[in-house]
Amino acid sequence: MSTPITTALSPIKPTRLSGRSRSGLLHGLMTNRKAMLGAALLVFFILLALLAPVLFPGNPSRITALASQEPSAQYWLGTTAKGQDVLALTAHGARISLFVGLIAGLVSTIIGILVGLASAYFGRVIDESLSVVTNIFLLIPGLPLLVILAAFLPPGVGTVIFVLIITGWAGSARVLRSQALSIRSKDFVAASQVTGDRAGWIMLREILPNMASNVMGTLLGCIIGAIGAQAGLEFLGLGDTATVSWGTNLYWAGNEGALLTGSWWVFLPSGLCIALVAFALSLFNYAVDEVTNPRLRTVKKRPATAPLSRMEDAQ
Amino acid sequence: MRFILRRIGFYLIAFWVSITLNFLLPRFMPGDPISRMLSRSQDKMTAEQVLQLQRLFGLDNRPLLQQYTSYVADVLTGNMGVSISRFPTPVSEVIASQIGWTLLLGATSLLLAALIGNLLGIVAAWRRGSLVDSALPPLLIFIGSFPYFWLAMGALYVFGIMLGWFPLRHAYDSELDPGFTWAFISNVGYHLVLPALTIVLVSIGGWMLGMRNTMIATNSEDYITMAEAKGLKPRRIMLRYAARNAMLPSVTSFGMGIGFVVGGALLTETVFAYPGVGYQLLTSVQGLDYPLMQGLFLIITSAVLLANLLVDIVYVRLDPRVRTN
Repeated sequence: MSTPITTALSPIKPTRLSGRSRSGLLHGLMTNRKAMLGAALLVFFILLALLAPVLFPGNPSRITALASQEPSAQYWLGTTAKGQDVLALTAHGARISLFVGLIAGLVSTIIGILVGLASAYFGRVIDESLSVVTNIFLLIPGLPLLVILAAFLPPGVGTVIFVLIITGWAGSARVLRSQALSIRSKDFVAASQVTGDRAGWIMLREILPNMASNVMGTLLGCIIGAIGAQAGLEFLGLGDTATVSWGTNLYWAGNEGALLTGSWWVFLPSGLCIALVAFALSLFNYAVDEVTNPRLRTVKKRPATAPLSRMEDAQ
Repeated sequence: MRFILRRIGFYLIAFWVSITLNFLLPRFMPGDPISRMLSRSQDKMTAEQVLQLQRLFGLDNRPLLQQYTSYVADVLTGNMGVSISRFPTPVSEVIASQIGWTLLLGATSLLLAALIGNLLGIVAAWRRGSLVDSALPPLLIFIGSFPYFWLAMGALYVFGIMLGWFPLRHAYDSELDPGFTWAFISNVGYHLVLPALTIVLVSIGGWMLGMRNTMIATNSEDYITMAEAKGLKPRRIMLRYAARNAMLPSVTSFGMGIGFVVGGALLTETVFAYPGVGYQLLTSVQGLDYPLMQGLFLIITSAVLLANLLVDIVYVRLDPRVRTN
């Protein structure tokens, strides 16, 4: 009974995992306009962050000019109410903002993958207990928790990263669990179990590659969320106001009444940078979705039944 | 029914954990908030207040277990202590006077965003390549990329300060008496427009894309082809066959959306000085009003729990697969 199933499935599985499909993803992204625009924007901001100390040497918060100057040839983005160069503040702000977003997003996604895969694969008690923990972390709203912790902990970049991870991983774990759960019930996972593959192998080599686009989406979403949450926290004055980041720039802009005095050039750049980074990440996310999900890619007539499922139906 | 009972059991456990977290948080945090607070408020504090604070931080020399049981009993009976910044007022009273505004703002913006976003998603998925499908998603993603508070402040600047179309702060004009009069209700609505609109604007894109992508998957199902073959009207196929089956992920997002709105209200309410629980939470943190802070935190977490329970009940109603498992 079981022999025809394995022989029928084995020729399909290797092609799905072959290197061709992976370079296909890369090729797909290279030819996708959204992906290339997103990548170009990201590269620009990463370069800005890396080169900020070279392009704008010295402490960006030092007072170099007259207060509240409009953008001019000397100060391209004008000066703040204190007389700081807005361009230098914005360039240096990229460093902390991108760093915190990247680290917090990456760690939350990794925790999310591990928890999601484990609870989907093992089910029962492990799923129950992991879901309880996930849901508890999920139901603690991030911003209020951040605010509460800021009342107890000394403000600093480390605290911000820590709390962003604490509040960020649960969402990705939940999304990835439900995706893993639907893949878990597919026949090829059962086939893999029947052939005696180990749990870790099945989770990482059978289930995980099939949710690559979800993992990518979650990672990008986590980074966007982390950058946004960090900016919000710092805007409320709960970060470390002595560091220079896009969020603290906006905090000082608000504190010095930039909008009330009409100094829009102090307020605009940092917010725009956050938006452009988030936009670039979203575009990239969107493109990954399009490339990995053929249904989203083309605008042709709705496709007929896939040949793979027809083969399975024939069994 | 058994599924729902199990979920209720789960949420009771989660509620217990959140109470316990709330109990442990001030006790295991580094630093000495009490002395910070005493030095801030000098001699304005009464002996009763100091005692309350010492109990809150576990400094009253009772055994931990006894502190814990009395804390749980206090929470369950709704006794969350007395606010420090608004001294003789109990914490529960302060919260009760503000939670309505947060719920009003949150419910209005969440319902509007979910409704408009899902409808746009349905149209975009049904008419692939149309203007709605090709132009709107990038635009909405771009708007959604801006930090929420930044957009809100920009909107406040343009429509409030520059154009003067909308009020700058609070939930209603202070000269009006709250009551069920047309003047008051319309004034509340007028004050609601700008805060709610900014939330809707930034969150609509997520709803739309989620719905669009799920529905594209449903569109290629056999039963859609079958419905077309039967000669049903496209409108009926779109709404009753495709959209209906693509709705489940949106229901889950709705539960999370409620939590997000209650928590995220902090920024909205701060920018627009809207008198809800989020704004109060920030004020209580700045004023080191620990009892109020804890009470607010507990209320916000409980609201999120309750919201998720309600979504679960709806989910069981919508998805028969959950019932059979």
